[in-house]
Amino acid sequence: MSTDINITIVDRDGTEHEFTVPTDMNLNLMEVCKGYELPVEGICGGMAMCASCQVYVLTEEHFGERNDDEQAMLDEAYYVEENSRLGCQIPITPALDGLKVKIAPEAV
Amino acid sequence: MIKTDIIIIGAGPVGLFAIFEAGLMKLRCHLIDAIPQPGGQLTEIYPKKPIYDIPGYPTVLAGELVDNLMEQAAPFKPGFTLGERADSIEKQEDGSFIVTTSKGTQHHAPVVMIAGGLGSFEPRKPLISNITDFEEKGVRYIVKDPDQFEGKDMVISGGGDSALDWAIYFAEKGSFVHLVHRSDRFRAHKDSVSRAYELAAEGKMELHTFAEVKELNGDNELSEVGIYSKEDKKIIKTDLWFPLFGLSPKLGPIGDWGLEIEKNAIVVDTFDYQTNRPGIFAIGDVNTYPGKLKLILCGFHEATLAVQTAYKIIHPEKKFTLKYTTVQGVQGFEEEQQKEKIKS
Repeated sequence: MSTDINITIVDRDGTEHEFTVPTDMNLNLMEVCKGYELPVEGICGGMAMCASCQVYVLTEEHFGERNDDEQAMLDEAYYVEENSRLGCQIPITPALDGLKVKIAPEAV
Repeated sequence: MIKTDIIIIGAGPVGLFAIFEAGLMKLRCHLIDAIPQPGGQLTEIYPKKPIYDIPGYPTVLAGELVDNLMEQAAPFKPGFTLGERADSIEKQEDGSFIVTTSKGTQHHAPVVMIAGGLGSFEPRKPLISNITDFEEKGVRYIVKDPDQFEGKDMVISGGGDSALDWAIYFAEKGSFVHLVHRSDRFRAHKDSVSRAYELAAEGKMELHTFAEVKELNGDNELSEVGIYSKEDKKIIKTDLWFPLFGLSPKLGPIGDWGLEIEKNAIVVDTFDYQTNRPGIFAIGDVNTYPGKLKLILCGFHEATLAVQTAYKIIHPEKKFTLKYTTVQGVQGFEEEQQKEKIKS
């Protein structure tokens, strides 16, 4: 249990969901969203190729760093902000305890 | 009208493997897919990505897997209607179905298998308020019949393979191409990116990096686009803009076929992957059932079981016993499928 962290995911309609998630399951944020049935599609399955799991990182200290594939995808995605990341490229690690993100609008 | 035993909607890996399993039972298949080439997501989204969980292949590139599936299915001479979306289905008095595509092509068969994956791929449209006013009037999301645009000056947006490939294609065919991308990193293949820079140096292309088309003007037809960068705005006179930002899948018209849908997927019975409408099956990522996993290998299994019931529907009077391919090999069809004469 000690490896679990608490994170908050803000829905598109502003509803806040708090979850306790394990850090030893090799999960990423997109998978957590899907696991809790939040409206994140994760179409490409986590290859940074669709941007359907875009989130805004609200807790600045947890922003981390965009990787090259992720950056290239975000260069083509819509509704991209300074604090945009792809959920599938954020592994759930102990350092993310207290993370708060908002799910980006759905691109049509 | 195209007549076959099984109409398969979706030419992804699962649809392609269904041809093989159906063929072993001497059933003919015809596939319909909205994208112009077979392979589904594997060709459209990640052709160069390795897959590690196909039994017997420690690793295989998605594109290679599709090539292999095509080769495996080839003896059974499948038919293809590509670049057309399956739009409607009509049940006939004898229980068979007619499936009509977006271009009006009709297909007739006793069994329909939906192997539609995530749905049909629709272009992602840029967020410009008046963009719909210019659709097909200068704004085109997909390059169809490229011959008609050769030599015309144009603006292309995007940084992926599709944008780069077409920009290079048209620049080499004598068009002057403005390639607009929001950054200077391109997702496209490295060789394509260097070719684009070469063409720009030769004066056949202009690269607008860190820029975005945000403005469209014209009376009825598109006549100019506004390319915005941080400091600057350029108006380019053009009657042709291709925003090529990739495709995103939508379940689309299949959602209105009277099938039970749960969370964007079609509910099936795991006995034979039939839907709530007898004669219509759903296999692969498009279906759902308790314990469903969206894996290619699970789709292969589903396709195999589904064709067993399909056989019983098509040949109610015949018995079929499973024969191993090791025993009698693969006996393909000699002839191509016949087209049915239209009666009406």
